[in-house]
Amino acid sequence: MKSLYYIIKYAFITLWSVFVISPFLWALSTSFKNANAVTGGATYIPWLQFQPTMEGWRVLVKSGGQGGIDIIAPYINSIVVTGSASVISLIFGTLAAYALSRFTFKAGFIKNNDITFFFISQRIMPPIVLSIPFFIMLGKFGLLDSLPGLVIVYVALLMPIAVWIMVDFFNGVPREIDETALIDGCNPFQAFYKVVLPNSLPGLIVAFLFCIIFGWNDFFFAFVLTFTKVQLIPVAIVALNSSVTPWWSLSASALVSVAPLVIIAFIVERYLSKGNLSGAIK
Amino acid sequence: MTLIAKNITYRPDEEFHLNDISFEMNKGELYTLLGRTLSGKTTLLKTIAGLQPFDSGVLLYDDQRFDKLPVWQRNVAMVYQQFINYPHLTVYENIAFPLKQRKLAARSIDEQVRQSIKTVGLGGFENRKIHELSGGQQQRVALARSFAKKARIMLLDEPLVNLDYKLREQLRDEFKNLFSAELSSESILIYSSTDPLEAMQLNGHTIVMDEGRILQHSTAKDVFENPATIKVAEITNDPVMNTMRGSISEQEIVINSDFKLKLPDHFKNLSPGSYIFGIRAAELTIHENGIPFTLEFSEISGSETFLHLENNGVSLVALMEDLVAIDAHQKLMIDINVDQMYAFDMECQLVKSPFQE
Repeated sequence: MKSLYYIIKYAFITLWSVFVISPFLWALSTSFKNANAVTGGATYIPWLQFQPTMEGWRVLVKSGGQGGIDIIAPYINSIVVTGSASVISLIFGTLAAYALSRFTFKAGFIKNNDITFFFISQRIMPPIVLSIPFFIMLGKFGLLDSLPGLVIVYVALLMPIAVWIMVDFFNGVPREIDETALIDGCNPFQAFYKVVLPNSLPGLIVAFLFCIIFGWNDFFFAFVLTFTKVQLIPVAIVALNSSVTPWWSLSASALVSVAPLVIIAFIVERYLSKGNLSGAIK
Repeated sequence: MTLIAKNITYRPDEEFHLNDISFEMNKGELYTLLGRTLSGKTTLLKTIAGLQPFDSGVLLYDDQRFDKLPVWQRNVAMVYQQFINYPHLTVYENIAFPLKQRKLAARSIDEQVRQSIKTVGLGGFENRKIHELSGGQQQRVALARSFAKKARIMLLDEPLVNLDYKLREQLRDEFKNLFSAELSSESILIYSSTDPLEAMQLNGHTIVMDEGRILQHSTAKDVFENPATIKVAEITNDPVMNTMRGSISEQEIVINSDFKLKLPDHFKNLSPGSYIFGIRAAELTIHENGIPFTLEFSEISGSETFLHLENNGVSLVALMEDLVAIDAHQKLMIDINVDQMYAFDMECQLVKSPFQE
């Protein structure tokens, strides 16, 4: 009975792994193929079935005039915009979340839960509704097609995620820990950053990961709010799509664009299981 | 006089959480708050710590308004019934935390931390993380942190309640020694508990609380011997004190027509009339010259047996000091030690206890 359970378990895990990993492998192999190898039926084994070529990868670093897309500038832009927007969102989102979790706010019928919902509600609206006011506002301030403008918009989009995740996390941290810190001579802000924050590492990591993923993968706002000067990765990749779809360079650019997320996920995953609150409270 | 509370009341909703609390506490002494769950013990401790606001009343420390100070300036210590420590710090860092917060010199911090670790018997565990300790050890860390602080007021909120039986016994014995050794003449120790036995063992001043009110404030011995009301008697006795309505007439205690008892000497001066009589479960024994009772059921608890008895609508609990196996619904002859009987008036106030002159 038990061995059957293991067989089923590992069968599912294997199936799922294949499902998740095979697109990556396929993209990796496609990125080294030339046009003939892509269009002339499925080929799998390099050197035997097709001759690997670096052409797909070379397109990424060629400038636009030479038929490439020059992915390096958008890459740096994406890192700057996503990185700074995520960090800003996390800092202010965490502060807001702590306040919402620990203090009582009341303005008429509006209470803590309503404020939390207000944050989340920003993500309920379809992006297209937000795009027009964003466009007009950035235009008024002369921030269209600029890095600061994108960072501001992305903070507005990512902070609700950070607030949402961190409110939930702080609600799970026993209040008695804050109280003990106050009793031990911390003022409320010290209690927050000396005691609560170090114990919230798992929550911070999850919130940061979500911010990075949402920010990095966003196409819509990157497309609407930029023209020529500032391009982000998702927009730059779409520029590859001309009359003939260059599957090889699309694959290469897709791999390049997910690489940072994969690396961050691997680094951060270790801390997720490590930090825990056991021992704070029985 | 050091810590003085005057008419502290807290009523966030329909019910009083604290109802007209007044007391005076002296430095160097131990106070036990005794009361059931939800009687307001924790609320009172948090009020003293400054974690809990209240509606009206005054809290004074050395004639200064203590309630105007924010928590972090009060220099109190608190041990919760849940073992609250800082999970991201080691045992050593946990205990040093409040001292570092007070910006003491590194040398004296180290000295005080090591001293406290020794006191609570955690030597060798200095570099462990909190979650690597057992429950009892975690509570020792919390205790050591309080001792190391040398706080003006130490608040212990049912510190033993979440520990298993054996450990609780062991720590309770240690507490008594710890408190007498560690309690400096400069600090006040307030210990809350639901367990009357704990209050007796700690043998400090005892404050009996119920529904946010202080019912009686006296020594442990006095609260036990002379409970001011039936409610106090219920709280300070485990199992609760048996009570039965009856009257005194013609040198007899009359519960009902079949149930009469000899009038004990200490009741001789009471005027005839209706009373509520109280008798502890341990004062009931099986004896052939007793009164017939029906055994409803018996429960065995550790090395003791509780017999639940009934006679014409009068229900009593008898405590046997050994294991007794008796089948239910049997007739038992029960002797009641009338010399240990209490008399309360119909308003439940104590009229006469066996310990009063």
